[in-house]
Amino acid sequence: MSDEMTTGRGPGLVSSLGDVARRRFESKRVTTAVQGVGLEARGIHAWFGDRMVLEDMSLDFWSGTVTALIGPSGCGKSTFIRTLNRMHEFIPGAAMAGQVLLNGEDIYSSGTDVTKIRLKIGMVFQKPNPFPSMTISENVLAGLKLAQLKVDNKDDLLEECLERAGLWNEVKDRLSSYGGSLSGGQQQRLCIARSLAVRPEVLLMDEPCSALDPGSTLRIEETISHLAASMTIIIVTHNMQQAARVSDYTAFLLSDGGPGKMVEFGPTGEIFSRPKDIRTENYVTGRFG
Amino acid sequence: MTTAAVVKPSKPWQASPRQRLNSALVYIAAIMTSYLIVAITPMKGKLAYAFVFFAAFIVFDFALNLFSRGFPVAKDAIARAVVAAGICVAVFPILSIIATVIIRGYHGLHIGLFTHDMALNSVTDPVKQGGLLHALTGTAILVLVALIISVPLGILTAIYMTEIRGRFMKPIKFLVQAMSGVPSIVAGLFILSAVVYPITKGYSGFVGSLALSILMIPTVARTSEEVLLLIPNDLREAGVALGGTHWRTVAMVVVPAAKSGLVTAMILGVARIAGETAPILLLTGGGDKVNGDPFHGPMGSLPFYIWKSYSVGTPESITRAWAAILVLLVIVLVLFVSARLLSERRSSK
Amino acid sequence: MSQALLSAAEGAVPAKREITTKPRFSDRVFRAVVSGGALSSLIILGLIFFFLAFQGYSVLRSQGIHFITSSNWQVVQDTAGNVDPKHTQFGIAAMLIGTFLCSLIAIIVAVPVSVLAALFLNFYAPPVLKKIMVAVVDLMAAFPSILFGLWGFFVLMPSAEYWAKLLHHFLGFIPIFKVDPPIFTRSPFVAGLVLAVMIIPIITSVSREVFSQTPLDRIQAAYALGATRWSMIRAVVLPYGRSGVVGGAMLGLGRALGETVAVYTVLNIVYQVNWHVLLGAGGNVASMILLKFGEAGPQEIKALMAAGLVLFLLTLLVNLGADLVVRRSGGKGR
Repeated sequence: MSDEMTTGRGPGLVSSLGDVARRRFESKRVTTAVQGVGLEARGIHAWFGDRMVLEDMSLDFWSGTVTALIGPSGCGKSTFIRTLNRMHEFIPGAAMAGQVLLNGEDIYSSGTDVTKIRLKIGMVFQKPNPFPSMTISENVLAGLKLAQLKVDNKDDLLEECLERAGLWNEVKDRLSSYGGSLSGGQQQRLCIARSLAVRPEVLLMDEPCSALDPGSTLRIEETISHLAASMTIIIVTHNMQQAARVSDYTAFLLSDGGPGKMVEFGPTGEIFSRPKDIRTENYVTGRFG
Repeated sequence: MTTAAVVKPSKPWQASPRQRLNSALVYIAAIMTSYLIVAITPMKGKLAYAFVFFAAFIVFDFALNLFSRGFPVAKDAIARAVVAAGICVAVFPILSIIATVIIRGYHGLHIGLFTHDMALNSVTDPVKQGGLLHALTGTAILVLVALIISVPLGILTAIYMTEIRGRFMKPIKFLVQAMSGVPSIVAGLFILSAVVYPITKGYSGFVGSLALSILMIPTVARTSEEVLLLIPNDLREAGVALGGTHWRTVAMVVVPAAKSGLVTAMILGVARIAGETAPILLLTGGGDKVNGDPFHGPMGSLPFYIWKSYSVGTPESITRAWAAILVLLVIVLVLFVSARLLSERRSSK
Repeated sequence: MSQALLSAAEGAVPAKREITTKPRFSDRVFRAVVSGGALSSLIILGLIFFFLAFQGYSVLRSQGIHFITSSNWQVVQDTAGNVDPKHTQFGIAAMLIGTFLCSLIAIIVAVPVSVLAALFLNFYAPPVLKKIMVAVVDLMAAFPSILFGLWGFFVLMPSAEYWAKLLHHFLGFIPIFKVDPPIFTRSPFVAGLVLAVMIIPIITSVSREVFSQTPLDRIQAAYALGATRWSMIRAVVLPYGRSGVVGGAMLGLGRALGETVAVYTVLNIVYQVNWHVLLGAGGNVASMILLKFGEAGPQEIKALMAAGLVLFLLTLLVNLGADLVVRRSGGKGR
């Protein structure tokens, strides 16, 4: 993290990051029409025990776009992303308020089947975590087994998912070796492929590159760009260059010691080149964080 | 903070009142079914109730979940019921054991248990005569001597494993585990063959304690090792960095920091051997009189008394056995609870 | 960094410097004392082996392999009252088979129950209930075996007899469930159940420990893929914990093999090979030793020592197996 910060310091950064982002945003706008809201967060608050860690987050995530959540450590961005597919509730003492709407329906409403929600809203974690007792192909298809789904042609699905995750060429000859035999970056793409196999509408990524080297990070970012056309992607990142490179929209979260709050949300180009809030500007220029 | 006053934390993932009502209905329906089926079929007994209840519960719960939430959730519900049945089967015997001991042993309790021995009585005498004094003092002496022998050895082993971490760490870890697997009767036979026949040529409390030590060392060693491993490494480094020798660091820093944990290890070791019967039967001779000398003469103890009373088999003697078991159980319980409290206090610090 | 690479390429890696410190005298004494204490386990195990072998040697020598393959145990005395070594026979085959039978029943009953109980404690129980149950199970592991024996005799046996009759009624066509003559009391089945109750806490706490170490990120990954709790357990927890459970089962087996008092109270020890688990006749090496010890003469004591040696080696073997299984667990599933 300190690496990113030191490279991020220096004059002209705001404009350069802004340029990267704006170019990307504008090229994107030409290719993909905005298709509608994929996921909406409405007044999300989150607590651990009595401590409020997240206050009043309201955000729309558009289909076919990548939204980045940035902010210093402890600002609640991971907590927020975990409320979006109901992983938040696994932490003992967790509580929340507000709504998360997927296609207009509240995923927290009673009677909702939480496993079905998680099928529609997939997640990739910080550390690559393929199941070590399964082979590469079993890993990709694990979601089908776990959620007890039937599919006609497993081989096609396997190839499609690995292809979309940008891993097919590297592993097609050793699909039956174990997931742990891959490199870290390959493992993370395997995890992405695994999430894709259940055909989610939304993909949440919680700092997917923070445990990877720069080369692998680049591959993952390419993968994200390819995937963005067909789904809604929300990515938490510490790395501002990464946010600028891959995202269409950026939300900046900050905690002043109390609960994390959203400071600013907008197209990534504007957040990095013309932030409205002085705190955002301070953060993206590396003056703190 | 104005919004915080308005917005209340909620846990929407918890069961809604409707779901709670549904699952309550499943319970009620399963209970009713079990009564009904046991009434109209030749099945009988508590086990039949339990079994039918379980089967009915699974069926109803499965059906409810299948219709309201689909097959995967329904399958999950079956798994939940089976797993819950597992813990019930695991825990039921202990409740049964405790209840049995209290109900049967209660009649044999009287204040004389703690003031009289059995020197002038036999176990077939009326229950109110005689007492456990010889057995209690005997067990105390046996345990004390075993403690004196096994605590140093056990703790030294643990220190070797955590502080010296020498070449023989792995073999010793295995040997300690193997030692904890030594059957108690084998420990008894060993002391018999190594000490009683060639040297002492007679029963005594001391040889019993020797056998108990063999059983106690691994418990003390393993628990102490766990405790010492919890001591943060910077404490050790701080000690060495201050110029302390290795020996002084361990003695002045590590061991004091783990003190309450080591006491826990001792208590668990005592709990392990307090009721050990087989080697006691082979070695101590089991007198009926208070004997304060571990080196000479037969020594009574709780397990021996229980065994003897049970073997005689008259109603009086069996009541005596249960009363003695109740006393033994209380001792084990007190030891266990104090070990828990100690380790809890330690972890909350 | 680059320099290191360069020198590595040239093959001129500097030799590693040995870091030596001359220990002070007090530290050397300290190390010696601690190492001596730590070797106590080795010394004690070695002494156990030595003395039991020493005492049992003459019997093992005269009986040879028959000691573990024959089921005759008779001390023949000549007219003068001396032991006649020619006709005296010691064989513990029946008792060994009985030991295995009881332990096997115990394992078959205890392992599934323990695994389910451990899963419940780790993944289903609410925190407060979990805390209580864990304490209860651990407490049970600390109970003296005589308690299990008496409970088994007075409380479990009547029920177990009824279950045995049910088993016999419905599964009597399977040879091992045959009961002839119809004596259901004090059978290996009952002894196995008592042993199961004794080892359930051991296997449960080992399994619980292993399951609780399942990496959280894998559990979360499974849930994020839409897994139900049970499919998560099957895909992640069981593969991870399998070898630990096997190790725990072996530990339980070791305990069951060597149990004396609890088996003695509930089992009708009969000196013949009996495979019919529901029939009220069985054996167990440890309780046989206790049974014979009271009226044993010098020669018979030696035979009992030899039997103790066999039992000792058996439990040592099982523990070695448990250790290997748990240590091997670095591979698949971890």
